[in-house]
Amino acid sequence: MSAGAGVREAAPAPAGSARANPAGSGLARTVLPPVLLGVLAILLWQGFVTVLAIKPFILPGPFAIGEQFVANLQNVVSGSVVTGRNALIGLVIGAIVGVLLAILSALVRIFDGMAAPVVAAVAVVPIVALAPVLCTMFGANAETARQLVAALAVFVPVYFNTLKGLRMVRPVHRDLMRSYAASAWQATKTVTLPTAVPFVFTGLRIASSLAVISALIAEYFGGPVGGLGKSITSAASSSNYGLAWAYVLGSIILGLLFYCAALGLEKLVSRRAPTA
Amino acid sequence: MTTAARPVQHAVEVTEVSRVFAGRKGASVTALDAVSLTVAPGEFVSLIGPSGCGKSTLLRLIADLDTPTSGSIEVFGKTASQARIDQDYGIAFQQAGLLPWRTVTGNIELPLELHGAGKAARRERAAELIELVGLTDFAGHYPDQLSGGMQQRVAIARSLAESPSLLLMDEPFGALDEMTRERMQNELVRICAETSAAVVFVTHSIPEAVFLSNRVVVMSPRPGRIRDVLGVNLGRMSDRGENLREDAEFFHSVSRVRELLHGDTPTGARGVETR
Repeated sequence: MSAGAGVREAAPAPAGSARANPAGSGLARTVLPPVLLGVLAILLWQGFVTVLAIKPFILPGPFAIGEQFVANLQNVVSGSVVTGRNALIGLVIGAIVGVLLAILSALVRIFDGMAAPVVAAVAVVPIVALAPVLCTMFGANAETARQLVAALAVFVPVYFNTLKGLRMVRPVHRDLMRSYAASAWQATKTVTLPTAVPFVFTGLRIASSLAVISALIAEYFGGPVGGLGKSITSAASSSNYGLAWAYVLGSIILGLLFYCAALGLEKLVSRRAPTA
Repeated sequence: MTTAARPVQHAVEVTEVSRVFAGRKGASVTALDAVSLTVAPGEFVSLIGPSGCGKSTLLRLIADLDTPTSGSIEVFGKTASQARIDQDYGIAFQQAGLLPWRTVTGNIELPLELHGAGKAARRERAAELIELVGLTDFAGHYPDQLSGGMQQRVAIARSLAESPSLLLMDEPFGALDEMTRERMQNELVRICAETSAAVVFVTHSIPEAVFLSNRVVVMSPRPGRIRDVLGVNLGRMSDRGENLREDAEFFHSVSRVRELLHGDTPTGARGVETR
């Protein structure tokens, strides 16, 4: 593509981070070191536990955890499905409400003035404090409380990021739209929304792991069993420490899954989505 | 200019225009003070002056991106506002201002798309303009894959999309390095010769103003006023080329503009100028 024959100008600097970097070696360079570090840490951990003969209720070795994880894979997966479902529902609800309210705030100044302190108040509410209250509110058999806790945690970063994105229209773009005598809707469609979209997805990325954490913690405060959070507490209380850690491992993987999916979406959207 | 042999219609007619920006605590800034200027169809007029002389303000007023405090502005015999609505001008800013999520083609098509041109017509016109600015190999590229000079060419192509008979340019080459800048000036001269649009061109650079213009409007700051208007006799646009920069008449005009800019009629206290 840099074969611009008819162009008398220096080719653009290949600085764009979105450029495909030379695949193989680059991948090895970015993936290999953290993997090596991880393996090293696990070996050190295992060595530490074995050499010092640490009791499993204090800290089980990673191999024991791995064993439990494999042996109870089905339970871990089904627990992940329950918690993951709550987190996902919460993520969707929180994101939709967050985006809609942010649009409203961007359009209606008075609403923004009203909403700002309320959202700030919501932002500092510790979700842990809300979980038991909501749990009582919706009863012991419903997952609703957990989904709401997740939605609440998701709402805040999505709202703030979307609102910021909607206000990021560059003055030169605004001037340009005016010079084209574009209607308010045309300007919104061609400039304001596309400018905001990457910010929405940045908010979603931050929110994705929050959703899992909140849904999981909410399980500690009663409600139906089956999720990862409940499984961790019940395994620990029956002195099955390896299994408890196996569920912790499951929740880490679930959190990573959410985060990576959101990150992937963000990357996909941020690389200047071509318009038709 | 003189009022002799008035053409049928001016491209731009600015009459006694003032623009006062209300500052804090009642302090107001007079960006433009009773400025009058006419631009004939097909004429290339540069506005030059130190920072704060109101040249960009004047351009924004002509583009109806801002409204004058007093005075009137007519573009092709209409109010500036009507001319904007009728899309009588194309505009380019110091920043290219391309939409990063659109390709070169998509960016050039933007004004056509907003004004309801058909898809096929859009494609065709965009391809034409891309060729005009010499970016054929980059039609499918995104702005962040282009150098500053290339982005600015896309912006110029975009300003030409609807074949306007008036081009408004606010330091379009201001952010470019000297070599790219001269190359872009050569291309602009060529493009203007091909399109025969009138141009109002804001610049900081004396050689740039002289090289491009039929007339150079020298402005002075605080309050913004037109100090003098200098006709440049360097021949028709289509005859101007690289060798013009070595021409004696070119140097002569450059030094005359310089004299006017630094002229011995200082207006009150002079602030620090950036350039």
